[in-house]
Amino acid sequence: MANVPKPNELVIDHRPPATGWMDTPVEFRPGTWCYAAKPKNLEAVGLPNPREWSPIDDDWKLPDNWKQIVLEGLRERLEKYRSLRIFMDICVRCGACSDKCHFFIGSGDPKNMPVLRAELLRSVYRRNFTTAGKILGKIAGGRELTMSVFKEWFYYFFQCTECRRCSLFCPYGIDTAEITIIGRELLNLLGCNIDWIAGPVANCYHNGNHLGIQPHAFKDMIEFFVDEIEAVTGVRVEPTFNRKGAEILFITPSGDVFADPGTYTLMGYLMLFHEIGLDYTWSTYASEGGNFGLFTSHEMMKRLNAKMYAEARRLGVKWILGGECGHMWRVINQYMDTMNGPADFLEVPKSPITGTVFDNAKSTKMTHIVEFTADLIKHGKLKLDPSRNDNHVVTYHDSCNPARGMGFFEEPRYVLKNVCNHFYEMPPNTIREQTFCCGSGSGLNTDEFMEMRMRGGLPRANAVRHVHEQHGVNMLSCICAIDRAVLTASMNYWVPGVEVSGVHELVGNALVMEGEMERTTDLRGEPLPGMEDSDDEDL
Amino acid sequence: MGIKFSLLTVVALVLAVFLGVKAAGLQYFFGVIFPYAAIFIFLVGFIYRILKWARSPVPFRIPTTAGQQKSLPWIKQNKIDNPSTTAGVVARMALEVLLFRSLFRNTKVELREGPKIAYQWEKWLWLAGLAFHWSFFIILVRHLRFFTEPVPFFVHMTDRLDGFLQVGLPGIYITDLLFLAAVTYLFIRRVVIPQVRYISLPADYFPLFLLMALGLTGVLMRYFTKVDVVKVKELALGLVTFQPKVPEGIGVLFYIHFFLICTLFAYFPFSKLMHLGGVFLSPTRNLPNDSRMKRHINPWNYPVKVHTYAEYEDHFRDKMIEAGLPVEKE
Amino acid sequence: MKIYNAKPILIGLAIFIGLATFPLWFNMGKAAPPPDPKLDTPVIQRMAVKQCIMPKDQMRTEHMQLLNDWRTEVVRNNNRIYTASDGKQYNMSLQNECMNCHSNKSQFCDQCHIYAGLQADATPYCWTCHIAPKENK
Repeated sequence: MANVPKPNELVIDHRPPATGWMDTPVEFRPGTWCYAAKPKNLEAVGLPNPREWSPIDDDWKLPDNWKQIVLEGLRERLEKYRSLRIFMDICVRCGACSDKCHFFIGSGDPKNMPVLRAELLRSVYRRNFTTAGKILGKIAGGRELTMSVFKEWFYYFFQCTECRRCSLFCPYGIDTAEITIIGRELLNLLGCNIDWIAGPVANCYHNGNHLGIQPHAFKDMIEFFVDEIEAVTGVRVEPTFNRKGAEILFITPSGDVFADPGTYTLMGYLMLFHEIGLDYTWSTYASEGGNFGLFTSHEMMKRLNAKMYAEARRLGVKWILGGECGHMWRVINQYMDTMNGPADFLEVPKSPITGTVFDNAKSTKMTHIVEFTADLIKHGKLKLDPSRNDNHVVTYHDSCNPARGMGFFEEPRYVLKNVCNHFYEMPPNTIREQTFCCGSGSGLNTDEFMEMRMRGGLPRANAVRHVHEQHGVNMLSCICAIDRAVLTASMNYWVPGVEVSGVHELVGNALVMEGEMERTTDLRGEPLPGMEDSDDEDL
Repeated sequence: MGIKFSLLTVVALVLAVFLGVKAAGLQYFFGVIFPYAAIFIFLVGFIYRILKWARSPVPFRIPTTAGQQKSLPWIKQNKIDNPSTTAGVVARMALEVLLFRSLFRNTKVELREGPKIAYQWEKWLWLAGLAFHWSFFIILVRHLRFFTEPVPFFVHMTDRLDGFLQVGLPGIYITDLLFLAAVTYLFIRRVVIPQVRYISLPADYFPLFLLMALGLTGVLMRYFTKVDVVKVKELALGLVTFQPKVPEGIGVLFYIHFFLICTLFAYFPFSKLMHLGGVFLSPTRNLPNDSRMKRHINPWNYPVKVHTYAEYEDHFRDKMIEAGLPVEKE
Repeated sequence: MKIYNAKPILIGLAIFIGLATFPLWFNMGKAAPPPDPKLDTPVIQRMAVKQCIMPKDQMRTEHMQLLNDWRTEVVRNNNRIYTASDGKQYNMSLQNECMNCHSNKSQFCDQCHIYAGLQADATPYCWTCHIAPKENK
């Protein structure tokens, strides 16, 4: 891991350099770029140009006709995506987006302004695809595609988390996520992915999940949490796997199976499902909610996402329930049905407990667990004791994808306000549709990228620090697995004393289960309010 | 570089007309031939660009959702910022196009010691943008009095509203002031704000200078050195009725003004000014967020290679059996 | 080549082209001869030298300014005498001086005013205070 300067030593300078952006070559500084995709991970899914290389090498080992491949790829995508064509053509460079990007705010690098990030691609587009650019060149804002420009693409398209905050403020809705997605597709044509994305993609393709957990291990890991739950509550939950004929297939990001604090959220799911007696099954084949294909190419997104419907069909379930995850829900909401539908073999999701029909998911047949839980609470189907969360002063981080790719704002807040007594919002400029990225989304949550992650995490952390100081907030809740993993690091760096949790961890804490023993700790094994002294009894 | 180049281009354009009319007597070229060419380029170019965009499909529904989705019946949906129906989309687009709603959200980041971040109120860009676009539109409508006979009622109405201050003679138009002020502001912020200056291209300065020159010549003609508007209208009507003629004795200032607007029209389809058409086609704004309710078709959707369950089970069968996981083939 | 979302796009485009070409079709088939202000009032016909207070071209573009200046002189400075460039003196009065010769408002003033898009009864707002001369039709 690269050395990250201490928070107060981090230099942030918002003044642009003296040289124009076209004449300022990219510099690969440690901590600001991610390692190159390993050849085995590209080979595993048949991506082109697998080789050993590093972004700091002079020679990126590209085929001789690399330029032609990129330009041909760009032409093809201009014909396939109206979004790209429009976004290439109509930007007026008003600068409204410039200070909306967390990476720009935290780094001051002008090429992290969404407008310039897009101009990196736009300049090549103008030079090669517009009359004015072909004739006038630089005067018309055109730029030759050179190796130096291509390296710049790699550096900056893997310094965008596709969070879409800029697109919210753009008067034309120009979406840098769209440009980054396509920019990364072009990079992938030459095998220039990062390994933190390529690895999970390869794993997910063959093993069913990003972490490469094999079926038996997946079952083991979940069963480990069954024991944990029993230790805390005295209740033994009984999840099933790959079970045909279950009513519901449950899919959540594999990060929650693997790493704290996501695991506590996973325990929350298990407890909830047990308590309401849900007829559901896990799948080891479709054991990944997330989709790092989205960070590779549209095609890869589709290839990985296909498993959800395929598995639902094979198991003969009625509908699919999805866990707390960010980009997973962007894929489900905006891409899945179009790519891999129609899901005509499923039924419109209907809560077996409340009878509520989720009409808003009548075509995808997939419901968000927070929608599902909010409905349970609304109908009074859960017995909750929010005082068990009294040690936590909670705020809520809107994850970018459910926020700006779905509009998922009230459901989690409703659930949170029912399971904890102390809830405070962060300032309005930093939540809901204006929410800030955690700083490590879209596959950039890797250690070698730590400095940039902390820089990008600053705006979010800054808002947390505000409520931390004002209201003593010590728990940052969210509905995204990447958030849970990376906000922990970002909080340790910027706002020590604030922990991170999923919404369903807090649900799990508050949920009064039938036949449970008196709980003395929360799911993390930390004493419940008023139980601080009873620690010893367990020992 | 961008500023100088653009400024010089506009100065050269003005000089070209001045010399062309004064020295070479090219009134017919500047009064008839170029305007026809410009409007032709504008119309054909505009249609071409729109159709070019239209030829690329919208494969996925990617609206930027800026409010609560349609969810459970007791959760209030934000029907405009996160529309799920066509009506909602129309409302969202109307607000976007007519009132620049997205730009209205604008804030300014301030970096303080610590580092700490604060967000400042910043509506000036929105205000200037709105003032500029609406003024320009009203000015265009007002100018219809030169291109129509009889002059339709809405032109009179616009004129009366715009001139309602009745200050000076000829009466001041509010939009004339707003237009010049807004264009000047947009130019100044482009030069003064370091980030905006850094991203600016010649293609950003050129239209601004063009518009400034256009506004200035217009204001000069109306309020200071007069031209004979009756003759100007004769020329204009001649053009729109395809009976072009150039009346004697129209001041050179008019030709400059007219040439600049024609240049703007001819330049339009090749430039960022096409955002006029593009804003309507932006897929992050003009689509309802209904892709969980309705299946949207991607016209080029193609089958992809997937790792099937059968392949998966073949690979892991022994381990699965050992772990007690059900399998299809024993 | 296929056009996607053809219906809304083509309708929108048609509306735009319709608006942009409004002057072309609005004037179609309409004869719009340039104005022809009449100078044949009895007073003018009796004049030996048919001359206004300034040269004709100047009057065409500057008369509004002149009238405005006159008003200021008369109302604010109590000065009613205007000396023209040829030394001749005139009474600064729209009704008694200008309209004395140009007694045919509808055939003279209104001709150009209406053509130039001013509204007959609203602009110029001379006639919101002054009484237009009675014309024999």
